[in-house]
Amino acid sequence: MAAKKPTKKPNVSAEELKAYYRDMLLIRRFEEKAGQLYGMGLIGGFCHLYIGQEAVVVGLEAAAEEGDKRITSYRDHGHMLACGMDPNGVMAELTGREGGYSKGKGGSMHMFSKEKHFYGGHGIVAAQVPLGAGLAFSDKYKDNGRVTFAYFGDGAANQGQVYEAFNMAALWKLPCIFVIENNQYAMGTSQQRSTSSAEIYERGKAFGIPGEAVDGMDVLAVKEAGEKAVAHARKDGPYILEIKTYRYRGHSMSDPAKYRTREEVQKMRDERDPIEAVRSLLLQGNHATEDDLKAIDKEIKKVVNESAEFAKDSPEPHLDELWTDIYATEVPQEA
Amino acid sequence: MAIEILMPALSPTMEEGTLAKWLVKEGDTVSSGDILAEIETDKATMEFEAVDEGTIGKILIAEGSEGVKVNTPIAVLLEEGDSADDMNTSAPAKAESKDQAASDDAKAPAAQGHSQPKPAAPADATPDWPEGTTLKQQTVREALRDGMAEEMRRDENVFLMGEEVAEYQGAYKISQGLLDEFGAKRVIDTPITEHGFAGIGVGAAFGGLRPIVEFMTFNFAMQAMDQIINSAAKTLYMSGGQMGAPMVFRGPNGAAARVGAQHSQDYAAWFMQIPGLKVAMPYSASDYKGLMKTAIRDPNPVIFLENEILYGRSFDVPDMDDYTVPFGKARIWREGSDVTIVSFGIGMSYALEAADKLAEEGIEAEVIDLRTLRPMDTESILRSVKKTNRCVTVEEGWPQGSVGSYISSVIMQEAFDYLDAPVINCTGKDVPMPYAANLEKHALVTTNEVIEAVKKVTYK
Repeated sequence: MAAKKPTKKPNVSAEELKAYYRDMLLIRRFEEKAGQLYGMGLIGGFCHLYIGQEAVVVGLEAAAEEGDKRITSYRDHGHMLACGMDPNGVMAELTGREGGYSKGKGGSMHMFSKEKHFYGGHGIVAAQVPLGAGLAFSDKYKDNGRVTFAYFGDGAANQGQVYEAFNMAALWKLPCIFVIENNQYAMGTSQQRSTSSAEIYERGKAFGIPGEAVDGMDVLAVKEAGEKAVAHARKDGPYILEIKTYRYRGHSMSDPAKYRTREEVQKMRDERDPIEAVRSLLLQGNHATEDDLKAIDKEIKKVVNESAEFAKDSPEPHLDELWTDIYATEVPQEA
Repeated sequence: MAIEILMPALSPTMEEGTLAKWLVKEGDTVSSGDILAEIETDKATMEFEAVDEGTIGKILIAEGSEGVKVNTPIAVLLEEGDSADDMNTSAPAKAESKDQAASDDAKAPAAQGHSQPKPAAPADATPDWPEGTTLKQQTVREALRDGMAEEMRRDENVFLMGEEVAEYQGAYKISQGLLDEFGAKRVIDTPITEHGFAGIGVGAAFGGLRPIVEFMTFNFAMQAMDQIINSAAKTLYMSGGQMGAPMVFRGPNGAAARVGAQHSQDYAAWFMQIPGLKVAMPYSASDYKGLMKTAIRDPNPVIFLENEILYGRSFDVPDMDDYTVPFGKARIWREGSDVTIVSFGIGMSYALEAADKLAEEGIEAEVIDLRTLRPMDTESILRSVKKTNRCVTVEEGWPQGSVGSYISSVIMQEAFDYLDAPVINCTGKDVPMPYAANLEKHALVTTNEVIEAVKKVTYK
């Protein structure tokens, strides 16, 4: 597979590059496995895979510091794996089992980890954008130097509440990075058919929020832009990253894929795959051998297979769980 | 080892499908992501991709086959090093979870009905403050402000946000003086952007703060409904108890006077339905203060429904350092043996006035103020109805799906044999609020309607 050569000289070590390769591959293999378990009826309902978009979260996580927060939409598996959540717990939530992050009560679209500062997993398009601004508000209130990554898609970018959040984030200089994961399709409606702006990040100008477009198939470009955005957000308030990416699979598992051609998808896979690009960098720069990468592939396969086994073996939640976690009896302690 | 490729479920409801077309043949090498076949579901024709790499060893189900059950092996994939001998196909993998669920259903506990926390003790007619406490006359407006100010002094993570809460001193002057005392960091004027600031409030609560979000009126909270219900109320459950939204949404609710249909709606029954929310709708100033302090300390999202007409009314308020009122405990304003009148919020004005007039005619009504609708002190209602054998409910909201209709169903299920007459729900009329003064008066519940209802259930 021929990958597009990154335009910039990587400013990372071989070890970091290998870690990005590993993290992206984990997401891809995990999602493939999730698709398989869905096909077997072990995962139900809606399931939105992240395949193709791996460089976005891996690149931005490389720019985050401990304590920074993240919140996203229902296409959330990649974000959780990238911020260090346990694949077993994520997969067991997908199968609706006791060992899942939400004890099986949230499912694919609604997962959280206080420990990893991951605030969901939200099923209503764009609701996470004001919520993310609110998380940033809490950090600003406490003056703790933390930032929040609020991820949303090109489809969500047409919801009014995004701009309500932009307005207040700019007014109050909230330490928030608004990450538009532009995968070019809002479900089945292309950006061209749904969105008046060719460059969505430019909408921030109306609010005085700086931003930029980023090549989302190049993990190093994402990381570099992420570092710039984080530095801005910590000091001067909100920043917008419009990360141009591509989703190889359907919107959800029941997507008939009639709105784009098979050739278009294949071309992206062949020419722009973010994992292949890092693989080429590693090999061409003699930072890793085929055997090194094979060892990583093998390790990832093991992790993913174990997560699937865990997710199948973990018992269904006890029926008493139906009635728990509706009301808190004490204020949850902050992680 | 050879891998069985199973007929996939390609939608949340698919149980079987047609294998329309194979795009690979035996002997083809495939890698992950390659399209293997086209499968027709009841909704669409879908592409089916390979998950693993390998060589197609055998195609088990021919193209064109209809009614292929999900999880039936349709082909065998040979991985590196496999031979065709490895192709021992087995029975389709069982979807264990579904079988298990079916057996679990049989031993599911009987419906528990409610997730609401129950009150510690049912209501009685004694005051909520210790005997001998000094009382002062205060308006609902002052009591509310004092309640918020006391909690803001107590916890620096409590802050107030909303339209005109700071420099304007509150559109209804509820937050008067708070900006001066607590500063712009904690008393925050928002733009007119209910959906947005409600969401920011919920996010701030996720992040460890204790927001009080003021809606200038609850009519505007409809713009923010998604954040209130989907984000604030459900997150604790969806996160398996990891995080939630400890916060208060407050503002005037229900009809004011002459502001027409879009500004005159009682949302009590709407919010009362939502598991994860608590709902308070006080009547007296002491309850406004005591319940507001409890609401701010509560680790859950609380809907605090106020009333503009009540803001200026004065009541006795105990002069205490830290006066709180628990959720889920009704207040018995008046004891009586002939009929139980249940109300809350401004409905109490009609209930109490009707009880006074009925007493002149020799009918003694017991008047119960629910104070909170979720949790609801149904125990106090039932105890009273078992004594009086008759019940009338009073509210300004609409009749269909009203708070009163819920109370009626509880009484019917729990105290049917005690009833000597059907329960009557006095509600607002089933119309949008008109502007004309005479029509508006008629659209609301009236004291006379409460009196008539009581006479009907007491056969007087």
